[in-house]
Amino acid sequence: MSPAPDKKWKALIVDDEELARHVIREYLQSHPEIEVAAECVNGMEAVKAVAEHKPNLIFLDVQMPKLTGFDVLELIGTDVPVIFVTAYDQYAMRAFDVHAVDYLLKPIGRERFDAALQRAKTRLGEKMPSAHELAAAARPPQQFLERLVVKDGTRVTLIPVAKLDYVEAQDDYVALASQGKKHLKQQTITSLEACLDPNCFVRIHRSYIVNLERVVRIEPYGKDSRLAILSDGTRLLVSRTGYARLQSLLDERK
Amino acid sequence: MHPLLTRNRFGLYLLAWIPLAAILIVLTTSSGTLGVLESSAVVIPLCVVYAFISLSAWYTAKSAPIQRETVLRLTVGHSVAAALISTLWVGFAWAWVSALSRTSTFQGLDQRFAPHLRTLFGAGFLLYLLAIAYHYVILSLEASREAEARALETSIQARDAELKALKAQINPHFLFNSLNSISALTSIDASRARDMCVLLGDFLRLTLGLGEKASVRLSEELDLLQKYLAIEMVRFGTRLKIHEEIQEESRGCLLPPLLLQPLLENAVKHGIAGLPEGGDVRLSAQRQNGRLSILVENSWDPEAPPRRSGGRGLNNVQRRLEARYGKDASLRVNTEGEVFQVSLDLPAESEEKA
Repeated sequence: MSPAPDKKWKALIVDDEELARHVIREYLQSHPEIEVAAECVNGMEAVKAVAEHKPNLIFLDVQMPKLTGFDVLELIGTDVPVIFVTAYDQYAMRAFDVHAVDYLLKPIGRERFDAALQRAKTRLGEKMPSAHELAAAARPPQQFLERLVVKDGTRVTLIPVAKLDYVEAQDDYVALASQGKKHLKQQTITSLEACLDPNCFVRIHRSYIVNLERVVRIEPYGKDSRLAILSDGTRLLVSRTGYARLQSLLDERK
Repeated sequence: MHPLLTRNRFGLYLLAWIPLAAILIVLTTSSGTLGVLESSAVVIPLCVVYAFISLSAWYTAKSAPIQRETVLRLTVGHSVAAALISTLWVGFAWAWVSALSRTSTFQGLDQRFAPHLRTLFGAGFLLYLLAIAYHYVILSLEASREAEARALETSIQARDAELKALKAQINPHFLFNSLNSISALTSIDASRARDMCVLLGDFLRLTLGLGEKASVRLSEELDLLQKYLAIEMVRFGTRLKIHEEIQEESRGCLLPPLLLQPLLENAVKHGIAGLPEGGDVRLSAQRQNGRLSILVENSWDPEAPPRRSGGRGLNNVQRRLEARYGKDASLRVNTEGEVFQVSLDLPAESEEKA
């Protein structure tokens, strides 16, 4: 989304620390072609501001309250170039390198800042890598997703994985069932499965992942399949391979 | 040094020879040619002598470690040694019997004892082999005890090193964010930037200095905490509100250095930093009835996911308390509602006592 030639670039600065925002604002002063459309002190504000201002460039802090930089990227989509900012997070830094995402390290140096800006301009029109992939790469090894972020219109909901009952695949979406409600999220069930702790969540069927804690019993159903009965009464189809996975996990738990 | 030559072990060893002597007396009197008194007069001194001779099995066992020799060599070598030693013993027995038979009480003993010399040789042979086997057992027991002691020592060293490392940690995230704040302040307010440089310098110096000591006064730890919190207040601005309630008597109490700093750091990092509107951090310390109680409280977002470090800071503090005070100190975490509370309870040590 390059601005019209006679128009200014609109940038968004997202950081929960006032002084950190100030540094970026100050550096941008020597780039008159860019104007700061808004400054946001947290991820929620950032999501709103993106919808409102349609910026051409976002400076996004990784560590923020409520929503992290990765969550924000997931919610705003991959059309707008983002320059991540972080103080120290070795896993995030590696993920940025792997996915060739621009990032700045605090304290931010002016040369590095100008270079990142220059690169962002030449990359216009290129999409950001998928937020799921980036976030997965930035997670330390052996750590799994702790909560899911879902956007429904302008509302953002956070679902801790412990409150997730089961996941149902619906084409390119997944329906997340939690506390009697279903939330739609644009992600494939396979990529979600990879982010969940395999000791708690089992792919019992091509279309279902279930939270092991919710399974009350398993009943035979038809010739080759079975039904998993959850604590709230939901019945989910279990395939033959799914049943084998479920059983090996239950055996381990004994 | 021979392992049996300690006072209580040697007594036990000699006791074990009493039944052996009794068996030999029974064997030599069973044919009826020897009386119990006669037999005892020969067998008991012989057994005492052989008890000492058998101690030499230790050297035999040591010079031929059971793991390194072949079964054939062990059998042949030890059998030859046993035969030699037993022959020597029988020779000594014969000399003793001959000497006894010259006294009036034991006249003709040598003739009556002669048929038992073969029994004596057999017994000597077997007893020596038994002694060798017994010494092998002792040797392996000692080896395993040594290995255990070594393992224990290494684990103690490892823990010491770990505890040392736990103390001297400076959170890189904190450091880089602080530098970024200073960098921002240079163009807004140069003198505040300088103040912050000084604060950060003091904080780093105190951290390095206190980490070296075994214990510090609470007042010293509080100095460090004040620097730390002053820096965080520059970063977080009005989002961070600090409340301190330190009882005067508690300031002189001794505690392990940098014990509270990670707790305060947690309070800021996991508490305040997770709240868009910020919150309060409360620190109180009290000395009462020989105990020092310290309370660190902070506002937090119970909905926030557990952070990556997953309670490592708290674990470290707990482990350090255990290493220092054993069961005499405790750390309790209370997370009811929107306040995260960590309370420490430890013995109030003061400098005069230490």
